[in-house]
Formats: sequence, C-alpha cells, structure tokens
Amino acid sequence: MDWTPYIAGIGIGVLSCFAFLISDKPLGCSTSFSNTSGMIERLFGGKKTEEKEYYKKYKLGIDWQWMLVAGIVVGVFLTSVISGGFVIEWVPSTFGEKFGYNPLLRWIFALIGGILIGLGSRWAGGCTSGHGISGALQLAVSSWIAVVMFFIAGIATAMLLYGVV
Amino acid sequence: MLEDIRKNKKLQLLIGFIIGLFFGFFLYIGGVTEYDVIIGQLLLTDFVVLKVMMTAIIVGMLGIYIMKGRQLVGLHIRQGSIGSTVIGGLIFGIGFAILGYCPGTVAGAVGHGAMDALFGGVVGILIGSGIFASLYPSLNKKILNKGEFSHLTIPEMFGVNPWFVVIPFVLLILLILLGLEYLGI
Repeated sequence: MDWTPYIAGIGIGVLSCFAFLISDKPLGCSTSFSNTSGMIERLFGGKKTEEKEYYKKYKLGIDWQWMLVAGIVVGVFLTSVISGGFVIEWVPSTFGEKFGYNPLLRWIFALIGGILIGLGSRWAGGCTSGHGISGALQLAVSSWIAVVMFFIAGIATAMLLYGVV
Repeated sequence: MLEDIRKNKKLQLLIGFIIGLFFGFFLYIGGVTEYDVIIGQLLLTDFVVLKVMMTAIIVGMLGIYIMKGRQLVGLHIRQGSIGSTVIGGLIFGIGFAILGYCPGTVAGAVGHGAMDALFGGVVGILIGSGIFASLYPSLNKKILNKGEFSHLTIPEMFGVNPWFVVIPFVLLILLILLGLEYLGI
C-alpha cells in the first residue's frame, strides 16, 4: 500500500488549520490568477482597470494568497530538484501516448483548458483548493455542490477526450 | 497575540509564502502535480487525487471545528447559487479535463518543469480570469445570483450541531478510503 497520498492529505489538512488559525484565511489559489490577470491589465489600462467592478470587489495587488501560490511554485521546485524529479517536459506521457508528442497540440489543449478553468473558477467562486478542500472541510453547501460539478464535468470530458465512452 | 499576527500585513505575506512552500511540498509528494495522475483520476483509473483531497478534508474538518468550538477561528464561506456554483463548476470541470491541472496544481507543475502548465495552463487561466472580470457586471446582474442556496453550511441546512455532521462525514470518508484500498485502486 502506498501511504504518500495520505501523508500529503494529512499535511494539507494541517496546513489548512494553520492558515485559519494564524492568517484567518482558507487555502485557495484561483483568486491569485484573477488578481495577476488584473495587475497585468493594469500595466496597460491603468486606473481604468482598477475601476472595473470585479477589481473593486477583489482588490488588485500582491496579497496573502498570491504569496501562497508563489510558495507552491518554489516549494515544488525545491522538492523536485532535491529529489531528482525536476524535468523540463512539454508533453505529459498520458497525453503523448493518446494524441502524439506534439508540443504545439498539447499547448493548444492546455491553453483552452486554462481559459475555461480561469472562467469557471471565478464564475463558481473557487477552485479545487478553495471549494474542493477549504470549503468542503468547512461543510459549505456551495463547495460540496461545486466539487461535485467539477468532477461530473471533468470525468465526462476526460472520458470523451480519451474515447473511453 | 493572534490578532497582532493576523493584522501584521508584512508578516502575513511571509506566512502565506511559507504555507505555500509546504503546500507545494505536499502536493508534489502526493503526486497530484502530475498531469498523468489528475487525468487518471478523471478517467477513474487512479484514485490518488481523491485520496489526497479526502484525507485533507477530514483532517482539516476536525481541526477547524475543534478550533471553532474554542472560538479560535471563524469560518470563511461563500454563498453559492445555481447560476454561479453549478454553471461555473461545470465550466471549470470541462477545463480541468482539457488542461489536466487545476489552479493550485498548475502552479506546482510549473515548479517541476512542466512547460505545458507554464505556457498553456497559467497563460490560459490568466486569460480566462480576465474574460470573467470583463463579463462580471452583466453576469452579476443576469446569472450569478439566480437560485441562491438558502444555507451556507450543511449543519445549518439540517439545523443541527455541526458535530452531528462532522462525525458521520469523517466516518463515511474513512469508509470510502478503506474501500479504495481494499479494491487496490
């Protein structure tokens, strides 16, 4: 039996508790992406960007969650370099075996999937961490419904893409 | 003392970063920053993603509700609705399968050198979020508030003490995990 998923899960559960206790914040990731998107837009649009209704509600700037996501990148980088798992890879093997190892094709998939994720996570008010972990562990009605929707649509789409059904 | 730490903005940025470092560490050792593992979950051939999430949920749920009972923490819950949670959740799920990462794991995948995550996933999520921000005023008027859920939490919905929900949830999830191990998936 492989214990690592459980060790990882326990670790993330404990981190959630720390985040609530010392920062009064739930773990979440997707807001940082809309924050970054707004900050990039602000470089060109200036004040006009800040006056968008959405960015009045969710203020732009480097905040706690933005640092959390930056921490994820650095944390995985350090762990993978130390453990020897760091590899520059353009096409993951499951994708490559099904659709071929063409980086351009994989890039198009990733870009389209990313756009839908950016749109959907803001639309639903959270992602796999904000709803799927933080909201679910607080027993939030909206989060359990969101996570069921994520997986229903995710499983159906993956099975269609990979021709399982 | 807790209040001082929570109000210290610079310290909070550092704490956010440190929690992120560990979050990344756990996501990586769990294997969930890999496209292959996430797609395996969505194709129902590999249940690592579910194991990590379910374990995190029961540990966090027990911790949060114990601390809440002692008034150490408050909940942070978003009101949901059919127009926002259901429609947004379905759009997210479709993207989840096409990209093969979510916003947290895409950041992790960038960290171990996944170029599809960096140039495709991250760029796409930034574009998608920007599109949402532009559509927000009209979506907010027409769709997002349609069919609001009447309650914030499941215990409120049933009108019971949270522990009457926490304990059965923890037991049910443990049973599911035991079942997965028993089946060897």
